[in-house]
Amino acid sequence: MADDTSPEGPADAAAGEPTAVPDVAAEASAEPVALDEAHQDLLARLEAALGDAIVETGVAVHDLVVRVRRDAWRQAGEACRRDLDCDYLSFIAGIDWLPTPRVAGDDAAGDTSSPVQPTEQTPGIAGSDGRFQVFAVVGSTARHWWLTLKTDLDEADPRVESWVPVYPGADWHERECWEMYGIVFDGHPSLRHIYLPAEFEGFPLRKDFPLLAREVKPWPGLVDVEGMPGEAPGAAEEVATT
Amino acid sequence: MLELALDVGWGTTLAVKTIVVLMLIPAGALILGYTFLLKMMSHMQSRLGPMDPGGFHGWYQLVGDGLKFIQKEDIMPAEADRRVFAFAPAVVVISTFLVFVVIPAGPRLVVAPLDVGVFYALAVSSLSVIGVLMAGWASANKYSLLGGLRAAAQLIAYELPLVLAVVGVVVQAGTMSLQGIVEAQRDGAIFGWDGVGFPFVLTQVVGFGLFMVAAQAELTQPPFDMPVAESELVGGYMVEYTGFRFLFFFIGEFGTAFAFAALAATLFLGGWAVPGVEGTAADVLGPIVLFAKIMFVAFLMFWARFTYPRLREDQLQSLAWKWLIPIALVNILVTGILKVAV
Amino acid sequence: MTTTNPTLPGPGGLPEFEVDPALYRHLADAQVNVELDTGDMILNLGPQHPATHGTLRLVVRLDGERVVAADPVIGYMHRGYEKLTEVRTYPQITTLINRIDWLSSFANEVPFVAAAEELMGIEAPPRALQIRLVLTELSRIATFLLFLGEMGLQVGAITPAFYGFRDREYVLNLIEAVTGGRFHPNFNRIGGLKDDLPWGWLNDTRHTMEKVLDSCDTFETLVADNPIFEKRTRSIGIIPAELGAAYGVSGSNLRACGVDWDLRRDGRAFLPYSDLEWKVWTHPDGDSFARYWVRLQETRESARMVLQALDGLASGPVMAKVPRIIKVPEGENWVSCENPLGEMGYYVVSKGATGPFRVKIRSASFSNVSILPWLLRGVYVPDVITILGSLYFILGDIDR
Repeated sequence: MADDTSPEGPADAAAGEPTAVPDVAAEASAEPVALDEAHQDLLARLEAALGDAIVETGVAVHDLVVRVRRDAWRQAGEACRRDLDCDYLSFIAGIDWLPTPRVAGDDAAGDTSSPVQPTEQTPGIAGSDGRFQVFAVVGSTARHWWLTLKTDLDEADPRVESWVPVYPGADWHERECWEMYGIVFDGHPSLRHIYLPAEFEGFPLRKDFPLLAREVKPWPGLVDVEGMPGEAPGAAEEVATT
Repeated sequence: MLELALDVGWGTTLAVKTIVVLMLIPAGALILGYTFLLKMMSHMQSRLGPMDPGGFHGWYQLVGDGLKFIQKEDIMPAEADRRVFAFAPAVVVISTFLVFVVIPAGPRLVVAPLDVGVFYALAVSSLSVIGVLMAGWASANKYSLLGGLRAAAQLIAYELPLVLAVVGVVVQAGTMSLQGIVEAQRDGAIFGWDGVGFPFVLTQVVGFGLFMVAAQAELTQPPFDMPVAESELVGGYMVEYTGFRFLFFFIGEFGTAFAFAALAATLFLGGWAVPGVEGTAADVLGPIVLFAKIMFVAFLMFWARFTYPRLREDQLQSLAWKWLIPIALVNILVTGILKVAV
Repeated sequence: MTTTNPTLPGPGGLPEFEVDPALYRHLADAQVNVELDTGDMILNLGPQHPATHGTLRLVVRLDGERVVAADPVIGYMHRGYEKLTEVRTYPQITTLINRIDWLSSFANEVPFVAAAEELMGIEAPPRALQIRLVLTELSRIATFLLFLGEMGLQVGAITPAFYGFRDREYVLNLIEAVTGGRFHPNFNRIGGLKDDLPWGWLNDTRHTMEKVLDSCDTFETLVADNPIFEKRTRSIGIIPAELGAAYGVSGSNLRACGVDWDLRRDGRAFLPYSDLEWKVWTHPDGDSFARYWVRLQETRESARMVLQALDGLASGPVMAKVPRIIKVPEGENWVSCENPLGEMGYYVVSKGATGPFRVKIRSASFSNVSILPWLLRGVYVPDVITILGSLYFILGDIDR
């Protein structure tokens, strides 16, 4: 696979600033994405098979990312398997674009245990229309190319067609997706828990499902630092987290 | 029986014989277990095994293991059939003890010099199948059941090659008495060279091979240990047995190995006999010689045990029925012809 | 004895069923006039079982000794990695992901670190990349030596397992000499490696690779050429190539079906495999013996690769200049590499913070094990164990 689309620019280490990656996602809605030959070939085949089911395309460092309409999700899988020679299913997963909340709430004073994430919801490569997305990576063992497919889901009732008739391996991936996000896959033979016990309530990977470890017990870094006699606990210097 | 200067009654004789046999099995089992299972296996597997207890190669470990088993809690599964469950290991051990009744250790050192010694030994050793089945069934555990059923099929299937292999020896010796077989080997001559003795393994090579393979299967040792397949059934029919009852099975397994090795040594290698040594000297030398031969045979059995993977049940059965039994029958045929013609 | 049984899915999905408890309650009192047409038996292989490599539970429905349906129940080791990565910084995640496939931990870190580096636009120096390659191949050798040994154990030969562990120690000593950890090196950093190689390590590695080649010969004689082993593994658990790929089976398992696909050669070139002369091994059969054979050859190939790589090590730093606090700019990246178990990859979604927004961890064993319901239909119970051993999964990899 060609590296033409990898981010340019050396690391500007002296100033301590991270490098700037060409903001492909922002450009996608504005102008057509700059694709190299291999990507164009893939995209052409996909467009021939799916037509207007393709909503948006993008490039994630190396891979072509194609967002398709929700009702064409299984069709897209079939197109990959049939027309693009993609015989190998890498995975199917979900993503919740809601911003990551601060662990233990904003008023967890001094709890610097987790990175601060931006508080506005922004879509990823090839955009997103709402909160939930399902994405899959398929590849071809013969032609050595990969493709990432995405589709948006309805936040109130996240459901989409199952890929099990297309790729039998989708069975377990979709079970995991349902278990973690609550995404229902229509046509799946038996959508049941795969990792968690059968009585588990809630969908853990959703952003509004709290990471209970921090709710139940404060971050040990807070308590470790004891104040001098007479001082309030936790008043000592904050401990670096990196 | 040994003619002592003292005139002892039959009660004392019986008591002495019983004690000797009862002590032989655990002692034999322990020695075999220690030498071959602990030390030979560990050295072949590029490890040392327990070396500290007792100073010399950790010989005291066995005692420790035995004591450990004895003091463990006696657990019986709630759904198990109590009496059958408790009696099953006893059946296996009893059948082992009974084999030793006929094995001679010297011209006069035999508990019961039966004229049908071979027949008796083989018949009695098959009783252990009942014990295995009892254990598998009464444990109320699916793994045990699987193990027990596999064991039943396997042990019954391999009885035939075992017996047929021995028939060749019986034909050649002309007697079923174990004492008679040993003496035939001692008094025999190789190509007219007198005084060298004639262990039957020389002509009954095929029979010896068959016997070893069948004995390996009778002992449910790899490559025939489907009933106790450790990586699948984790102990098979023995899985629910703990503590002292498991020790019983353990003693039964190694005791039976001792017994079969003794049978093989007696039938094929000449037993206690050393050519040229007779009388009281043989009574003293006999047990030592027999023990050495037993160790050699056991070495072969245990060596195969930790080298080979295990055969699957159907492959095991097809080996017995399609290969071993026809070969054994041909062996008997050839032996018979040569015995009559030559 | 439990009477409620989980659903065992078949090709069309099977309905729930209840087993009559009276049939199994007092086995010794079973009535003789019960029809001899016995019902199917449900057997739980695991979660504590020596053959399942950890806490995998395999619920099989047996008809005698044949499997009618099988359902793997996983999740006994689920640690919630994907949720944890959302509240960790990038260097902290490297520590976490070491523990996914714990037998070849170094190889787990590499694709993640490569993904972050690519998003940041940082290139690790050539020496670091080559050492990464060497350490990845060493972990591959370590894990495969264990496989070569314990596959014999699965079919009943106890001795090769000890040889596998013994030979693996030599390689683990090497990894420990460099990284300080035998099992969880945590050696990769964004931008390179933590440290350079110690004195004398190159010679030690060369000697050890010779020893590894000798061990492979031992395993070939002791296990692969053993007629009983061949009987137990040939034609057992055949995976058709196309079905395997559709299930996501990858790595040596797929190459044993004849698919000539190796991510070291055909995937993203973030490690300098193209500088070395090496061969991708495939086997046309697709059975358990093929999987064993392919891994045996790959171990030898890895040892040869390490010897080549050591001869051509570039000099220079092992760490690029990176800012003290790692902030990865916004973007997404999918990087997958040839882990010893198969294709392992990370889909990293970043929003410009010090930690990722979402990391989807694609672990090889998850997909390898998902083929079991299809693969185990109609096999004997002993063959189930053989197949489980030959697929070679690690529970941490399945459960993450």
